[in-house]
Amino acid sequence: MGRFGRALTTLVVIGAVGAGAYLYLTRPQPYTESDFAEAGEPDIKNGEMMFWAGGCVSCHASPDAEGDAQLVLSGGLALKSPFGTFYPPNISPDPDAGIGNWTLAEFASAMKRGVGRNGEHLYPSLPYTSYVHMSDADIRDLFAYMKTLPKSSNVTAEHDLPFPFNIRLALGGWKFLYFNDNPRVVLSDASEAVKRGQYLVEGPGHCGECHTPRDFLGGWKTSEWLAGAPNPEGEGVVPNITPGGAEVGDWSAKDIAYYLESGFTPDFDSVGGSMVEVQRNMAHLTAEDREAIAAYLKAIPAH
Amino acid sequence: MKLRLAVTALALTAFGFSAFANETSEMREKLMKQAGGAMGTIGAMAKGEKPFDQDAVKTALEAIAETGHKFPDYFGEGTENLGDEASPAIWENMDDFKARSAKLAADAEAQLAQLPADAAGLGAVMGAIGPNCSGCHEKYRLKKQ
Ligand code: HEC
Ligand code: HEC
Ligand code: HEC
Repeated sequence: MGRFGRALTTLVVIGAVGAGAYLYLTRPQPYTESDFAEAGEPDIKNGEMMFWAGGCVSCHASPDAEGDAQLVLSGGLALKSPFGTFYPPNISPDPDAGIGNWTLAEFASAMKRGVGRNGEHLYPSLPYTSYVHMSDADIRDLFAYMKTLPKSSNVTAEHDLPFPFNIRLALGGWKFLYFNDNPRVVLSDASEAVKRGQYLVEGPGHCGECHTPRDFLGGWKTSEWLAGAPNPEGEGVVPNITPGGAEVGDWSAKDIAYYLESGFTPDFDSVGGSMVEVQRNMAHLTAEDREAIAAYLKAIPAH
Repeated sequence: MKLRLAVTALALTAFGFSAFANETSEMREKLMKQAGGAMGTIGAMAKGEKPFDQDAVKTALEAIAETGHKFPDYFGEGTENLGDEASPAIWENMDDFKARSAKLAADAEAQLAQLPADAAGLGAVMGAIGPNCSGCHEKYRLKKQ
């Protein structure tokens, strides 16, 4: 079962031994309804921007959906990982198969606390490790926008995970060790654009999920933020996108923004791999937001 | 003596293979760079960095069509592991890979048949060609650095 498997089994065992303390320290901590009672009026246009920045389509739309069909968040993708296969659920506004009956507090609990509607820990394959940075207002707007999307009655398969990864309780231990909302890099004297870029990259854009290397338990090596990682799907790499990156190191901020808009590098090589979907989502953002992302990528420490 | 001959033969075969492998890999790279250069020509005009030049657009589209026609010739049996950025998935889906390359050529030829008269028409050309590039790179190209 590999190092990760043994380590997680150990966590499960520790959990059983120190049951009381473990369960308390690692309990799911959802929001309560009152936390969002005064959330205010949503801005649906901003919600749509958060939707594209967050890339929900890449995991929750049907895998062969193109164009407007991508807005049907029916689920249907099989997300292969070293820990087993995840089937991202239906999150369309359908009241039975989707999340049509969820409250804003329940939605925020999934997005920012990694807790499901029944109080269970969610897997970080839903990148709440990044979405935790999103502001409450952006979560509210995103939720309101998603309510305007088409409903789907599709019911998705159960995740196919071997023991011990199928034990949601163990996720509490993982979250205890790795889940926090600390800034991933500390930048002094950051301009407004760099701060906006930091928010988009570390929060909704979840760029670190692919571009930052992980330790044997699947937690980020934050000291190597965005420094590149092996391709989780097999051969090849997810490149280093810090100013020290083999390719990006030579790009101007304008080049990075153009890549996110068009998919073309400065020498007109074309985007590939899992970045293709990310780039398509980024093309929906405003030019200022793409420039902010580029400014942040130029400002972070080189690796 | 015999042994020495055998060793020489082996060495020659190995040498021959590596020369062949290099050539195959170089041709893949050359054709793709040709497509990239051509897109760069069109892109610079579309962005207004260079003045519009219809002849240059025509030459660029011809180069892209040529890439589309020739590229699959360099993905025969036994060329799976040349250490470049071609994904093993190509050989598992050879028909799809060839169809994508053919579609790149066909789309470039369709644009040649209705060359834009000014820079404003270049956005549509980029839009018609670009998704062929990213679509194939999404499935069949593996970044190595
Ligand atoms: C990298 C893939 C991925 C991305 C991107 C992603 N999700 Fe998910 N999402 C998942 C997976 C996998 C689950 C199931 C987690 C589990 O079962 O613990 C999930 C679960 C959820 C749930 C809980 C649904 C339920 O029935 O319990 C919500 C709500 C959700 N996602 C919303 C979103 C939104 C909104 C976005 C975009 C901002 C998004 N997700 C982006 C993979 C993803
Ligand atoms: C699902 C995984 C994934 C996510 C999420 C992701 N990337 Fe990428 N990214 C990749 C891969 C894979 C590549 C290599 C692309 C290729 O093969 O051409 C890449 C390439 C890049 C490059 C070009 C680097 C080069 O050397 O060619 C930039 C810039 C980049 N990503 C920025 C971002 C930003 C900004 C975000 C967040 C908004 C992001 N990425 C999110 C997987 C991802
Ligand atoms: C039929 C599939 C396919 C299509 C269509 C395609 N490519 Fe590629 N491309 C590849 C593969 C495979 C590689 C990796 C080749 C290698 O490393 O041997 C690649 C590599 C490249 C490279 C890097 C070459 C190098 O090694 O320096 C560039 C540049 C490039 N492609 C540009 C483009 C552009 C621009 C387009 C669209 C006009 C395009 N490609 C369309 C499959 C494709």
